Parts: sequence; C-alpha cells; structure tokens
Amino acid sequence: MKTDSVLEKVLRSGKLAVTSECGPPRGVGPEKIRQKAEYLRGYVDAVNITDNQTAMVRMSSFAAGLIIRQMGMHPILQMVTRDRNRLAMQSDIIGAYTHGINTMLCLSGDHPHFGDHPMAMAVHDLDSIQFIQMVRKMRDEGKFQGGADIENPPKMFIGAAANPFADPFELRVARLAKKIAAGADFIQTQCIYNIEKFEKWMEGVRDRGLHEKCFILAGVTPLKSVGMARYMKNKVPGMDVPQEIVDRMAGVPKDKQAEEGIRICVETIERLKEVKGVAGFHIMAIEWEQKVPEIVERAGLYPRPNLG
Amino acid sequence: METFEPVIVAFCCHYCAYTAADMAGTLRIPYPSNVKIVRVPCTGKVDMIHLLKAFEKGADGVYVAGCLEGDCHFKNGNLRAARRVREAKKLLAAVGLEGERLEMVHLSAGMGERFAETAREMTEKIRRLGPSPIRTAKEKQVP
Amino acid sequence: MITAERKPLEEIIEFIRPYQRILLVGCNECVTVCAAGGRKEVGILSSLLQMTFLRQGKNLQIREHTLERQCDPEYVEELTPMMEGVEAVLSMACGCGVQEVSRRFKDKPVFPAVNTKFMGASERQGVWAERCAGCGDCLLGITGGICPIARCSKQLMNGPCGGSSGGKCEVGPEVDCAWQLIWDRLKALGMEKRFEEIIPAKDWRPARAAGPRKIIREDLAE
Repeated sequence: MKTDSVLEKVLRSGKLAVTSECGPPRGVGPEKIRQKAEYLRGYVDAVNITDNQTAMVRMSSFAAGLIIRQMGMHPILQMVTRDRNRLAMQSDIIGAYTHGINTMLCLSGDHPHFGDHPMAMAVHDLDSIQFIQMVRKMRDEGKFQGGADIENPPKMFIGAAANPFADPFELRVARLAKKIAAGADFIQTQCIYNIEKFEKWMEGVRDRGLHEKCFILAGVTPLKSVGMARYMKNKVPGMDVPQEIVDRMAGVPKDKQAEEGIRICVETIERLKEVKGVAGFHIMAIEWEQKVPEIVERAGLYPRPNLG
Repeated sequence: METFEPVIVAFCCHYCAYTAADMAGTLRIPYPSNVKIVRVPCTGKVDMIHLLKAFEKGADGVYVAGCLEGDCHFKNGNLRAARRVREAKKLLAAVGLEGERLEMVHLSAGMGERFAETAREMTEKIRRLGPSPIRTAKEKQVP
Repeated sequence: MITAERKPLEEIIEFIRPYQRILLVGCNECVTVCAAGGRKEVGILSSLLQMTFLRQGKNLQIREHTLERQCDPEYVEELTPMMEGVEAVLSMACGCGVQEVSRRFKDKPVFPAVNTKFMGASERQGVWAERCAGCGDCLLGITGGICPIARCSKQLMNGPCGGSSGGKCEVGPEVDCAWQLIWDRLKALGMEKRFEEIIPAKDWRPARAAGPRKIIREDLAE
C-alpha cells in the first residue's frame, strides 16, 4: 500500500472498485453538495469532486471535498492545471491532505473557451503529466517540485484521466503509458458507449502490461434522453457514441428513455466486467446522482466492501 | 438650385475596359462626361490608396472596371482588384461614405455599349446619393 | 515576424482628436510584411484620417514617414528634424517601435496605431499564424519542429489532451491540434519513440517568469 486511501485498499484487495462524481455548486453553501453525496453513501468507495468543470466557476474542489470528508465519505480531489501554478497546487495538496483528503486526480482541464470566463488567462504552468510527476515526488521522495524537503509529505493516491476515444487513437495507449510512467496509480476513463473501441484500447493496454502497473476504472454515464445521446455524439469532443445507442434511445417513447438509459448503463457495466484489466467503474451521473444506487445494485456491485 | 453634377473616377484596365470605352467612342455611343477615365495596365495595379485618394480629393463616386473573370490579361489582377474594392468599401464606411459610391465592374473589350451603360448607371446612382460628404466639407473649407 | 493589425479607426481618432499637427510613422520591417503598418498603410491611414477630420470641419496636418525599423535608436534618430511643430506622434510599428520612439522623444505623446499580435509566419498570402511564444528555451528539436507552447491551446508539453478531435483542437476547427501535428512529424521522421519520453516541468524563467528580459552581448556592447 502506498497510501491510506480507501480506494487503494479496495483496488488492491482485487475487488471491483466503484467511484462516482459530484459537481460543486455555483455559489455558497454546503447543502447541494451534501445532498448529492448523500445519494452515493454506501454505494461508492470514493467520490470525485470536479474542479471548475467545463471552465465554469464553482465552489473549489478543495472546499467541496472537505464537506464530503466531514460527512465521513472519501473524496477524490480533482485538480486542473488550467487554474493554478505549481505553488498553488502543492499548497492545496498539503492543505487537502491535512484535512484527510488522500486521493486525487491530476488533469489539464477544459479550455476556458467553453466556460463562463473565456477572457481569463489559463495558467498551465504544468501539464497533467508533469503534475503527476510532481505529486509522486512529493509522496515518494518527500520533496517539493523545486527540490526542497517537505516537512510532512502528503501521501496522495494519484489518479489521472484517460480517453480511449480521443484522436489520434494510435496514441491513446502510449499516452496512458506516459501517465503511468509519470506515476499515476489509477486511471478513470472517459465514459464508454463504444465497447468495441474500448476493448481494442484495452488490448493495447494489456499488451504492454499497463493494467498491472495501474488500476483502470472504466467510465460510464447513463443517458437521460435521446437528446442527450445526440448532443454527446455530435457536440462533445473526444466522445464516441455509436449510432446504435442513439437509435436505441430514439426507439423508446420519451417517458421511457431515462429507464432505457439506465438499462444501457447497467448492460455496459456487465460487459465491461468481462474485459480483462478493468479494475472498477467510475459512474458519472451528473445532476442525476440519485440514480447511482440503482445502477450499482443492478450491476451487482452492491454492497461495497467496508474497508474504510 | 443647381442639379448636382457628380464627379466620377473610373479606373479602366487597358486591355478590356479602356478598349470598351474606346469602342463606345468609335461607335458614337454617348456616356456622361461626369466619368473621368484613368487608364491602368491592369486593374490589379489599382491599390487601396488610389481608391481612397480619389475620395479624399473630392470624387463623388469611383469605379474600377476590369476584365471578365478568367479573362484578365495578367491572370488574376481583376480578382485582386475586386478584393481590394470590397475592403476599401469597409474603410470608406468607417469614414462615413456609403458603400455604393465605390464599385467593381467587369466587362470585355468588345462591350462598348455596356461601358456607356455602366457610366450612365453609375452617374445616376451617385446623383441620387448626392455629393460626397468629403467633397461638401472641402467646398466649405475656408481657403 | 511580429504580426500586428491596425486598431479600429474610432480608437485612433480618439487618440489624436486634441491635436492639429501629427507625425505618422510607419515601419519597413515586420508590419510591412503583414500589411499593417508599412509605407502603404501609412498612406491609407493618413487618407482616412484626413477624410474623417475634414468631415468634422477640422484641419489636420499629417506628416508621413516610414523608417527602416522603429526598434533601433539609430533609425528613430532620423525623426528628429521632422519633430518641429509636431504635437503628437502616431506610430504604426509594433509595441517595440512605439516605445523606442516614445523613449527618444520624451516631450511628444506617442500613440500606437496598431495592435501588436504575435510572433508568427506566413501560411499563405494574406494569412499569418502564431508560431513562437518566445519561451527562451527552444524545444523544437524534440517536438518534430512544431512548438507545443505556441501552438497548443493549453501549452501542453506532453499532449495531446482528451479534447483533440479529427486533428483539431477542442477550441475550434480553425485550430490544428499541435500534438497531432507533432505526432505526424515524429512518425514521418521515424522518431515515434520520442513521443513517450516525458518532457519534464518547464522552467519558465527564460520565458518572462523572472521579469522583462534582456540580452547583453559582451562582445558587442560598449
């Protein structure tokens, strides 16, 4: 065990891990995040707290993560390089760890162009891979990125994102290899609808033994409607939604589409369980957190192991 | 009140438009003396500054007459001129001059009648628009 | 070269509104190449300003001159005899030139007539694109000749990110994904292995993080 992270414990025990995600509110107050997290209690091993997702200002993932921790749940602190330099990142990492947050996800972040402050200057002092290297150095060498010793080094369980569906496909295994070489302990993938393509990526991953160096959590997102399926297919870069899925959603009356979306999600999880190298699932049900318990149960992933 | 007599400058390329103007003359097809012809080897030679200076010096209207598309003696000088005319219209708008005061026209050497017609159309259009605000301002200036 | 674009006319007019006699100075180098501030553009701007002020019943005297470069004091010195009676200077050079003129002629207000944009190259006639970010520690040798700092929207040194789509950046189809370009070049050069070598965290001090930069050549400086 590298850290005290509950997620690490579950993964190393050989059981399939389950994580989910909460987006902090666009204003002050703990109620919304508490409510979302409460849906997930007992159904997930850890919860991602997003960091100004899609470049829209929200309560900081650190602050929201604290609330989750105080609820007795286990946050995964997402941090993007877009919004802070290496001083602020290391500073927040020490602070978060002090408050009992021991798992994090190192990301570059969506471009400000997508968000509510396109006029802002993006920082990107580091990229996600250099960021992973930095966090590993803090944990394993007890040193800051600049080289000085850290008084009490934080022992973060380090995560990163992987997107088997982005272009160019031929690079996606190599990019994962780079993140693992940099120090990623676990990976969460972009949500999967095109299982064949994911399986192809996993072949490449297994060929290089990467699934044994790093825990791969397959991302899934339940579709709420055919409109959502079409939007994700056409408007979101790096997202692969096969036409069959869109057709399947379209083939069902509007008031039954949400049900169908959940069904597809559960089926996807069942199929992904068969893929060698998949160590768990990351269920992203944005603004639909109340459905996560049902998905976890129907996918045979309940109850969660009590290791934390 | 006097009828306003527009001053129009026509940049005509030697190979097509000027030859067409010549032909109009030979065939005794009248066109307004408001139009002052400036012969250029190719309309591609006409630069932004020439268009602007014409207005600065008090022209009420300007047009650039070049070859038909694909027929330019210098390959694509007429297309460059057309692009510049489009851009110049925007600059003139910034100064408060209506875009219609400047036009690009295309004709061939044999189109004497068309040359005269264009000259007449442009003159009448500018007459309706009235004197250029620059010309008016210049005339008001105390020497 | 350094690229620039002329400021909106309204903005320039506001700068020189209080003045009767101005010197309009162009530059024969970068801004000439990108058709923003050379001799031709000086003539065009002068004509536009004359027409504008004529309409407002105002007489504006504009002296036009184009220097070889505005970023060298020897050339800027050539403006000295022209400054007699000049109330303000309107410079069409990049920010470097405007500042050099301003430095030399301390008693004259100097206004920029162009917005300096980026260091770039010509893609084709009339089109210039950003190429160099002036990071002070060039890594073009290991990225197949494509700069990830200037050309990647997130300046990733270990890209591409998950937003790369069809060779284009997530910001929009007008922007090529720099890492797609880098990968294609590495492949063409048989240097695919380089892709997995991690480029470590950058020291930004040569890039301006340590403050405004200066080069002093001991062999050249007196």
